[in-house]
Amino acid sequence: MIPAKFDYVRPSSVEEAVTALRDAGEDAKILAGGQSLLPVLRLRLAAPSVIIDLGGIADLRRISEDGDRIAIGAMAPHHDVMRDDLVKQHVTLLSQATATVADPQVRHRGTLGGALAHADPAGDLGAVALALDAEFVIAGASGTRTVGASEFFVDYFTTAIGEGEILTQVRFPKYTGWTSHYEKFNRTAQAWSMCAVAVALRLDGGSIAEARVGLTNMGTTPIRASGVEAALVGQQASADAARAAAEHATEGTAAPSDADAAADYREHLARVLTGRAVLAAAG
Amino acid sequence: MAQVRVTVDGVNYADDVEPRMLLVQYLRERLGKTGTVVGCDTSNCGACTVHLNGQSVKSCSVLAVQADGAEVLTIEGLARDGELHPVQKAFNECHGLQCGYCTPGMIMAAVDLLGDNPDPDETEVREGIEGNLCRCTGYQNIVRSVQRAAQMMKPGASVPTESPAPVAGGN
Repeated sequence: MIPAKFDYVRPSSVEEAVTALRDAGEDAKILAGGQSLLPVLRLRLAAPSVIIDLGGIADLRRISEDGDRIAIGAMAPHHDVMRDDLVKQHVTLLSQATATVADPQVRHRGTLGGALAHADPAGDLGAVALALDAEFVIAGASGTRTVGASEFFVDYFTTAIGEGEILTQVRFPKYTGWTSHYEKFNRTAQAWSMCAVAVALRLDGGSIAEARVGLTNMGTTPIRASGVEAALVGQQASADAARAAAEHATEGTAAPSDADAAADYREHLARVLTGRAVLAAAG
Repeated sequence: MAQVRVTVDGVNYADDVEPRMLLVQYLRERLGKTGTVVGCDTSNCGACTVHLNGQSVKSCSVLAVQADGAEVLTIEGLARDGELHPVQKAFNECHGLQCGYCTPGMIMAAVDLLGDNPDPDETEVREGIEGNLCRCTGYQNIVRSVQRAAQMMKPGASVPTESPAPVAGGN
């Protein structure tokens, strides 16, 4: 299967990319790592007239410390993100979840920004970005703007990135010293998550001082499990507390039913995986 | 048309290609490097795995133009001076294949894995090749092959080459 014909542009700066996007009009598509886009093009589920490849913009691959934040260029490949020392130290949950994405070949090409902009509800990184209050830096013709994670994910495959705009960086607050775990359920290696739960905890002695919990594939967007978070805070980090908090895991969800799992099964998974993730994060 | 300049298995090429041409098509149809095969055509199976700038990638999910300026290593470039790569030898010795269709991609994934982790345990091997599907072997002998190759590649290792196992059913 071969993609339909398109014109190809490989800008060397964000400014050039924004200009190329404006010139190309509505029918352009941004190419990041291509691990979702290329299969879509090959199946001819999409046939854009212009592809704008961000692969030539070296700046967009950089991972750096910026005060109390870790700034990750949108084109940083999963492989780099999961191994980066700054990410491991300050945003451990992102490193853990990224290591579960697809397989080594896909992680070599696929990028953090591409995955988040694609916004597949079964993708693993949205729940992490949401739980950790990441900020999204978006460039357009009139400069850059920053959008919080709670406004970034709009709907199924839909984000706050507007027409003519490009996601350039994702900024995570530092969670230094927090413990975390990403618990993912799928049936085969490299499959998408049927359901997954991202948990980060700040422990103070044996009790949970702060909690961040995100759910993957439990609605049309990643979901912040605020009920679980509230139930955990102030509790001792124990199996009982994990089990009690996990009962809140389906609040505010709208689990899909598909060939992999029915909605009620996903709800069951959300509760079980939340309990496991909390316990694993609590160590 | 777009121009792609690329080094494949140590040889430099410059070609005009359609932007929609996939790297695997370029390798097979333009350069005649048919050692790299197309399996599932949907980026699941990993049969088309090659190295792009030293990292394993599925060449059906990379455009040829994206490889511009890059170095590509295919299964055809692994052997040196007629001597098979240790991973190739190990797959041969340990029967790491049956029909052989997944083998080029499996070997390229394994070479990448061993470059990264020279002494993987069984779980690490299985995770390292999870992007590659085999529908014959059940993976048992593939995992053995990769671990055998790891032994052979250890600095200073002189692992005796096994003679081929006798084939049952011969006269």
